[in-house]
Amino acid sequence: MSMLMETEGLSVRPSLDGCIKCTICESACPYAAVTERFPGPKTVGPQEERFRHGPLSADWSVDYCSGCGICSRVCPQDVRIAEINSRARAQLKEQRGIPLRDQLLARPDWMGRLGRPIRPLFNWAMGTPLVRFPVERILGIHRKAAVPRVASRTFQQWAKRHPSHPAQDRVVYFHGCSTNYFEPRLGRMVVAVLEHQGLAVDIPPQGCCGLPLQSNGNFPAARTYATRLAHQLHRSPGEVPVIAASTSCGLMLKREAREILGVEDPALVDIAERTYDIFEFLRDLHEQGRLKTDFAPVELTAAYHAPCQQQNQLIGKPALDVLALIPGLKLVELDRDCCGVGGTYGIKKEKYAISMAVGAGLFSDIKQTAPDLVLCDSETCRWHIAKATGFTVVHPLELLHRAYGGH
Amino acid sequence: MIADALVIGAGTAGLTAGIRLAQGGLRVTVVGTGEGCLPLASGTVDVLGYTPDPVPSPLAALPAFLAANPDHPYRLAGTGGLEQSVAWFVKTAEPLGYRGELARNRWVPTVLGGLRPTALVPASMAAADLPAGGEVVIAGIRGFRDLHPALLAANLSQATSGAAAIQARAVELDWPGSAGDLPAFRLARRLEDEEIRRRLAAQLRPRLGGAAAVGMPAVLGRERAAEVHADLERRLGIPVFEIPGLPPSLPGLRLFDCLRRALRAAGGRLVLGSTAVGATLGKGGVDSVTITQASRRVDVRAGFFVLATGGFPTGGVVREPDGELREPVFGLPVRGPAAGEEPFGDEYLAEHPLDRAGIGSDAEGRPLGAGGAPLASNLYAAGAVLAGGVPWREKSGEGICLTTGWHAAEAILGSRREDAA
Repeated sequence: MSMLMETEGLSVRPSLDGCIKCTICESACPYAAVTERFPGPKTVGPQEERFRHGPLSADWSVDYCSGCGICSRVCPQDVRIAEINSRARAQLKEQRGIPLRDQLLARPDWMGRLGRPIRPLFNWAMGTPLVRFPVERILGIHRKAAVPRVASRTFQQWAKRHPSHPAQDRVVYFHGCSTNYFEPRLGRMVVAVLEHQGLAVDIPPQGCCGLPLQSNGNFPAARTYATRLAHQLHRSPGEVPVIAASTSCGLMLKREAREILGVEDPALVDIAERTYDIFEFLRDLHEQGRLKTDFAPVELTAAYHAPCQQQNQLIGKPALDVLALIPGLKLVELDRDCCGVGGTYGIKKEKYAISMAVGAGLFSDIKQTAPDLVLCDSETCRWHIAKATGFTVVHPLELLHRAYGGH
Repeated sequence: MIADALVIGAGTAGLTAGIRLAQGGLRVTVVGTGEGCLPLASGTVDVLGYTPDPVPSPLAALPAFLAANPDHPYRLAGTGGLEQSVAWFVKTAEPLGYRGELARNRWVPTVLGGLRPTALVPASMAAADLPAGGEVVIAGIRGFRDLHPALLAANLSQATSGAAAIQARAVELDWPGSAGDLPAFRLARRLEDEEIRRRLAAQLRPRLGGAAAVGMPAVLGRERAAEVHADLERRLGIPVFEIPGLPPSLPGLRLFDCLRRALRAAGGRLVLGSTAVGATLGKGGVDSVTITQASRRVDVRAGFFVLATGGFPTGGVVREPDGELREPVFGLPVRGPAAGEEPFGDEYLAEHPLDRAGIGSDAEGRPLGAGGAPLASNLYAAGAVLAGGVPWREKSGEGICLTTGWHAAEAILGSRREDAA
């Protein structure tokens, strides 16, 4: 570890001095490989960053970085390449403005809140080419991009009526926007699995973590969201673990809000250090001999794709470690880096084709494996992979829930 | 996180140890700060090229070399271990079709047109072992900055002489795809498109004359490299060989892909982006190693640990501002120039005292602590972190990593068998 990174990588820009121009990041970047619009993470990162001083220094190519973070992970010098690029993108947007589409995509909570009262209409419209063509023309959201369906009842509505589980050991559940508005069923399964371990689950009312705002370059709003969320989660008493089942939002709390946005609010710093990915937490329980293993056999073949923001947590693949305990389940590890969606990246009209090209290897591996189910921890990746392959894609927790006898 | 074995370092030595241990039935996790050395490496297996005289046969030269360099990492596994580990490697990297033998070095062209000794090459470089007296065409791509065919061909013709003289002729091809920046990784991907290959070969074929082989930049595909290479040979009608150049090196990346897959196939786990920053020792040896994650440090417990962090260039050995050398994970004593001694020679390409810096080890490959005894019974070292070798001068880099990584794994598997018996 370089001396620059002694503070756990909180000094993003100075890390570029560690760049030895080895180009490992560029050869690992799945986006530079398929489009010349993105010259590569080193070029727009450590290289161009040195010239970014005046108001006119950022160029558009940085907007073609998806923020997958593979470059930072493969860098042998620990240069924070993706983080440098994320900041440069925000600077670009600050100078040139953020298009309406990106403002909308950056606020999944708005989409959930606005879509819910007109749910049947919204869900119908988003599945109808007649509507998606003008949406693409007017808003720039690609007509074939996967858009989630709005659920009839939010997860928070369910949680308010859910009787609190009497137990001493508590955890806080950070469910995120997607679970709240689009996939409340996943949230209920997370609660059931945690309660099955004998844990009480606190579900404080909570907003968006600000990740989509960050990746669309609106740092001021992202900081507000992240700080507000940290305080909402912090309200729960004690030093209890915070559990996230959405890997990208979990990583936002763990590191990105501090490292990329520079939020140093004490509540966030505290929450960051005790946030766990759900499977990271369950694997720890298992290693302590505390995970319930009363599994019913699940006779299925499931192919697992570890999303980028899950890999960026540097925790290995705990979903595979835990699911391997289920009798009858045949797990296939898909060995691909990125599905191409990059959160909201692949939804955009001008980036959809790039997104599909990046994911092509993964999609063809899935088709060749022909599993009963595809597993992936990240919601936008699940929607993208499902749409691109036609396979059913679920959070790996669904299988664990099923093995515990859940429906 | 718990593992049977934790390997620290994701270069050739770490991956070799990790794969071998996983194949032996252990739950293995390999952690690395980044993608390690392979994307920078040529993809060949250099075993022993200079002692400092050119070495015709690594196998024949090794006993005398070890007698002259008794602390060299090759002492750990010896000639037998070298043969076994290389045989294991050829099998493990089977998709890349490595060929060659320890009994004879091949002399393959460098990107500047020099010749360098190496023992094994991937199938894409098989024809680089140039026959004496023949004519070869060096085909570059206009706009590709990392290989200049005229320079390469002129130097290659001078590098050989007399009956062994090679007539090298430069040809420059126009890239059939869109113009713009042409980095190696992008060319490699585009060459997986058959139409691009057809158009490139159509340009080249009429210009081959009576050439016995054609050398091209090492950009002939990544995932489908075997197909790209075979297809070009078919279209051109003569052997095609790759010439590795500046990083990113496709032959090195393909080897990294291949070893990563082998680790996964054996059930091992690779965590990249995570750095080992410290260790906890207990009565039974090393209890755990502390690694960095996204928001905290965690202690990874394991039965066995392999230190494969590389030498001074990769941070396996660090030099403090006061000149003191330090091994940062376990705080092992480092052999090398002491504080106050000059670490560097006078010239860039001279031998530098710092080159030999590294940690000492016992015959099993266990690093020695401050007292001169192994620091822990369950800690092994592999690769360039070991003192005594000068890979870049000896041309022994891959040989050292393979044989010590394999040796560490064998020692661990052996000690487990003893425990079980």
